[in-house]
Amino acid sequence: MKKNEPGMTLIVKTITRLTVGLILLYGIYIVLHGHISPGGGFAGGVIIALSLVHLMLAFGKDFALKKISEATASILESLGALMFLLIALLGFFGGYFFLNFFLGKGEPFKLFSAGIIPLCNIAICLKVGAGLFAIFTILVLSKGKEKSKE
Amino acid sequence: MNHEPRTMNYLIPFFTIIPLGAAFLISLFGKRIKGLPDFLANLGSFSLLALSLYSIFLVIGGRTLVYKVGGWAPPFGICMVLDALSTFMLVTVNLVSFLVTVYCINYMEKYSDKYKFYTLFMLMLAGMNGIIITGDLFNLFVFLEIASISSYALVAFGTEAEELEASFKYAVMGSVASSFILLGIALLYSYTSTLNMADISGVLAEKQPATLVNFIAVLFLAGFGLKAALVPFHAWLPDAHPSAPAPISAMLSGVLIKVLGVYALMRIFFNLLGVNNTILSLFLFLGAISMLVGVFLAIGQWDFKRLLAYHSVSQIGYVILGIGLGTPLGVLGGLFHLFNHSLFKSLLFLNSGAVDYSLGTRDLQKMGGLREKMPVTAATNLIASMSIAGVPPFNGFWSKLIIILACLQVNRFGYAICAVLASILTLASFMKVQKYAFLGKFSEKLKTIKEVPLAMKLSMVILAIICIFAGALLLPLFKGFLDSAVNVLLLNNYKEAVFKAAI
Amino acid sequence: MSEYLLCLFLLCIGLYCVLRKRNIIKIIIGLGIIEYAVNLFLVLAGYRVHGRAPILAKDQEILNIVDPLPQALVLTSIVIGLAITALVVAIAIRIYEKYGTFDITKIRRLRG
Repeated sequence: MKKNEPGMTLIVKTITRLTVGLILLYGIYIVLHGHISPGGGFAGGVIIALSLVHLMLAFGKDFALKKISEATASILESLGALMFLLIALLGFFGGYFFLNFFLGKGEPFKLFSAGIIPLCNIAICLKVGAGLFAIFTILVLSKGKEKSKE
Repeated sequence: MNHEPRTMNYLIPFFTIIPLGAAFLISLFGKRIKGLPDFLANLGSFSLLALSLYSIFLVIGGRTLVYKVGGWAPPFGICMVLDALSTFMLVTVNLVSFLVTVYCINYMEKYSDKYKFYTLFMLMLAGMNGIIITGDLFNLFVFLEIASISSYALVAFGTEAEELEASFKYAVMGSVASSFILLGIALLYSYTSTLNMADISGVLAEKQPATLVNFIAVLFLAGFGLKAALVPFHAWLPDAHPSAPAPISAMLSGVLIKVLGVYALMRIFFNLLGVNNTILSLFLFLGAISMLVGVFLAIGQWDFKRLLAYHSVSQIGYVILGIGLGTPLGVLGGLFHLFNHSLFKSLLFLNSGAVDYSLGTRDLQKMGGLREKMPVTAATNLIASMSIAGVPPFNGFWSKLIIILACLQVNRFGYAICAVLASILTLASFMKVQKYAFLGKFSEKLKTIKEVPLAMKLSMVILAIICIFAGALLLPLFKGFLDSAVNVLLLNNYKEAVFKAAI
Repeated sequence: MSEYLLCLFLLCIGLYCVLRKRNIIKIIIGLGIIEYAVNLFLVLAGYRVHGRAPILAKDQEILNIVDPLPQALVLTSIVIGLAITALVVAIAIRIYEKYGTFDITKIRRLRG
């Protein structure tokens, strides 16, 4: 019989190779169009994290952790939060905290409009995506002394 | 003179920016650079303390400052309000937090991953500061959740078996309470169609009194009452507070239950929903029961920190009793006791942490005669015990006296007798702690213990000095600090003050 | 009116799970049901009769839309619920490692 390979069967692995990239792309689409259509940072971040979880489920955790390790996820998470805080602080130049100041407002329904909202969406997507992936990794590897925070 | 403080509005959001920035910077760089988490955390809490002491001067005379986040005027946007009551709570929270952060430099060496501790600690501090300065109801809920979730994780920080059990109980009960609070907010939004606190008070003042507002009041009382550990909802506190590491117990008992519970109750009931006699008598009843149940359950305890946790329940009962009286003297007593209790309860928990650090046990029956080897801890414990028991001239005496006099002033003799009885039993239980832990014969197997390191000694001594001199807040020179906080609650002009300041 | 009663019914089921079940995982599921019920109530509070989805499209007029503010509040609340569930599940896994059981009547070392 076959040896004990990590991950699932060959059919699942083939389909995963095809769909993981599409899921990631879909997540990025939802994040970037957050000010035009429903979605935004939270929902897009969750979908991006799910693409990585999909990879982990189909191929085994070592393969997925080679792509993005736990340390990288932790760094991305803090970077996302700091970026959000920085964008908010930059509003001080316009006079108020969190002011919508950036690059003119553009016309409605275009991609480059609505001030700082797309940048905030990207920051939130980084934090939520990396955070969810880190939570899943830590819950799966239940040895070690890490404590799961948000 | 009228324009000058208004331009200082931009300082108000820094109460949340500083701890959030510190938390994520510590999480990013804390593992590689040694000593950075300690430095950033202490710098952050010291700057918050300096900012809150400065904001006392901005609100002298009962002025209200409003900051419009993003430039959107209320009631369309979120606003941050700084009035006398907020300043009072900010000074309390940041003073205790700074001294606890200094204490943590040495105490947390025993645990691994110190930088994760500081991240969660700074997040909890950001949540508490955010609750105090916000002027929007859902913003209050979000900061409440930030502070609560960080505290659930901090209680379980040592990952011993008992800490995990206590943290699980605390997390489940706390999230049910938060769901009740969110349900109340949903009902209030559907009734008034606005989320700004000043606007809600205006809309509710104009409409007829309805049963829905009573239901909302009960939901808020249940939700915030559980966060404040009032008596039918106190069951999580005796397990959660002793199991946490000692500086976290000091923060939880000293400031978290006050900001999340008592401050939110005061703001919502006095400024938003409006008090009537039913609600005030509910406060009186719950406060009196909390006092008595807490102190009766505390006397029989042999675990040092569990005894202190039950006393927290009892002293919060004093504060709610004072606030529930509704008269200026009563509310003054309640607020002053809130300030005093933060000081001496944190000092008591820091003392128990020092004993735990040197001895490794919390059982009173295993200690004895620690006064010879740990003189600083014993002296500060004596001061804190006399403060909580209400011995003159320490600060606990003045606040308890004001509460009892305020009860007598409105002819509620039953409550006054309850307060005196609770005070006597508190004295008895702290006599027990002194006798078993510090006085008495020095047992031989404790020969090798030493006094605690410098940072821990420094924070305990500073807290003890403030305990001795806090009675001076009642002198006419400083009394304006407390009086303007009382006025914010009792005068009915929250809406006009906020809208006038927001232009 | 019947939608609000349904939300209240879901809340009571969740509360029953938290109070009476003995397995830790069932308590966590009950906590999740309570969160769902409150979020559902918050979204329903924004319903307007004959309203449609509050999305601006290029060539339609802005007539009856439902209230978009509770939808933004619910987004935040769902993420908070996610964080709490993740934390409580992590604590439950550690409790299983230390105590060896998920039965809360046997996890009672703290008493008095």
